Amino acid sequence: MSLITSTSPHASVKNNTGAFMRQVIYATLPGLAVLTWQFGWGTVINVLWAVVVALICEGLFLKARGRNVAFYLKDYSAVLTAVLLGLALPPTAPWWLTLVGVGFAIIVAKQLYGGLGMNPFNPAMVGYVLLLISFPVAMTQWIAPGEAPGFVQSLQLFAGQLPVDGLSGATPLDTFRTWAGNETELASHGILHGDLAGQGWEWVNLAFLLGGLYLISRKIITWHIPAGFLAGLAAPALIAWLIDPVRFADPLFHLLSGGAMLGAFFIATDPVSAATSRMGRLVYALLIGVLIWVIRSFGGYPDAVAFSVLLLNLSAPFIDYYTQPRTYGHSKPNRGTAGGGKS
Amino acid sequence: MSDVNYKKISMDGLWNNNPATVQILGLCPLLAVTGSVVNALGLGLATLVVLVGSNVCVSLIRNYVTDAVRLPAFVMIIAAMTTVIEMLMQAFTFELYEILGIFIPLIVTNCTVLGRADAFASKNPILPSAVDGFMMGLGFLVILLILGGMRELVGQGTLFTNMQLLFGPMAANWQLNVIDNYGGFLLAILPPGAFLGLGLIIAGKNVIDKRLKEIQKAKAADEPKVSRRVRTTGKVS
Repeated sequence: MSLITSTSPHASVKNNTGAFMRQVIYATLPGLAVLTWQFGWGTVINVLWAVVVALICEGLFLKARGRNVAFYLKDYSAVLTAVLLGLALPPTAPWWLTLVGVGFAIIVAKQLYGGLGMNPFNPAMVGYVLLLISFPVAMTQWIAPGEAPGFVQSLQLFAGQLPVDGLSGATPLDTFRTWAGNETELASHGILHGDLAGQGWEWVNLAFLLGGLYLISRKIITWHIPAGFLAGLAAPALIAWLIDPVRFADPLFHLLSGGAMLGAFFIATDPVSAATSRMGRLVYALLIGVLIWVIRSFGGYPDAVAFSVLLLNLSAPFIDYYTQPRTYGHSKPNRGTAGGGKS
Repeated sequence: MSDVNYKKISMDGLWNNNPATVQILGLCPLLAVTGSVVNALGLGLATLVVLVGSNVCVSLIRNYVTDAVRLPAFVMIIAAMTTVIEMLMQAFTFELYEILGIFIPLIVTNCTVLGRADAFASKNPILPSAVDGFMMGLGFLVILLILGGMRELVGQGTLFTNMQLLFGPMAANWQLNVIDNYGGFLLAILPPGAFLGLGLIIAGKNVIDKRLKEIQKAKAADEPKVSRRVRTTGKVS
């Protein structure tokens, strides 16, 4: 019997790491559903296979590191990494692509750095960039919107038994990058002119936006990172589009294309690799958004969520250093090299 | 000096003080040219020859060069050695010379070479210096070869491609296709692959060292305790 008593209010702890991670996984479901509707069963297969690979890798490495395997597997962090990477991979991905990416994400980007909470980079994005750099052809084969293959075809693609060429097409971002500056070509490509933005991708991004808003309403994430991210992407896009609408895509197209919403609400918000203070998170996310716009508009890749997030992961300690909030009892925040906590 | 411990010099170069995995010196060539076994072997051999040559020369002049000007003198010797090697490679293995490019003259800046000249050859006679240079060079070469082999295997699925660049036409069919129809894993060939590979090699060496230490400890614990006292009168626990 416990003899310790205290007066109300009593805080009952309902949330733990596993519960938070599960909420985030549930919030990806609308996005997963729309991806499946637009591009076929490939994404579902990717996600399931990625989860299996992630659990096996995580389990093996936890055991090798002498940790409590069951305890750490129950925090669902490996599952979340796998789900996010599975969502980001093209639906045409063969099994080995997912295996290599998820294996690298869990083993190298997470466990070798010391497991959950110790990784300086977002593991899912490390896996994605590894695949994008190593297998550029397989990683850029997206299915043309509205031509979703059936379940059997998706399984054949997964097994590597079906050539992808007949099914794949350029994404809206890729199409715009190819024809930027050419007014007639831009007008003739239907994929750029869906109901709101690029065909297919508009709904995918809206679904991820919905899931993200759910996360904010449940206080799993704060609004700082998504807002900063989207503002950082939309503001330069708006300015450039007002100056030259043929050369630069409009802000709505940027916000509803590629991995914008998935990145803003699910990837950049990773609490381990992001900046920590509120101000820091705003700066961090704004810079991610600006960098995505810069690489999309002038870089060699059509989308840049992974590169931008990793680059800002790298700068997160630096941002934290200069955005440290004032602590109680000090008149000035203890930030930067000139700090030193003078009150 | 008859008490030179050649075994210790050898073990230092190959394992305990390996230039690549312990001193972490000469990273620039180590990371840049280990995309395949033949590149690694070519540069490893060149570095080995420069190391032995410069150690011998530095040891020869060690008593005649004052401390104040010793580093410039060492660098001149190393540069001369490197130039010799560069010209030899240009003459006999021209294609490999073209592939390795700037990294052959850059042997001058390899810290291992200057490090051994200053730390060992300038204080020791000729023969130990030559052995030290050879063993350090061999330790460097072995790591280069392992890294080159790893990256070639993972990156292209082959081993010993283009060995004829170094060994002439008889080596043309030495190539091993370890994995058939391998799509290639670009990351291993790119610079990140070198960093990851070297990290894994260093980690592997540390694991082996740790295991060896544990075994030694267990052995020491098993041995019966012997009295350290000169004259034992009482009971020794």
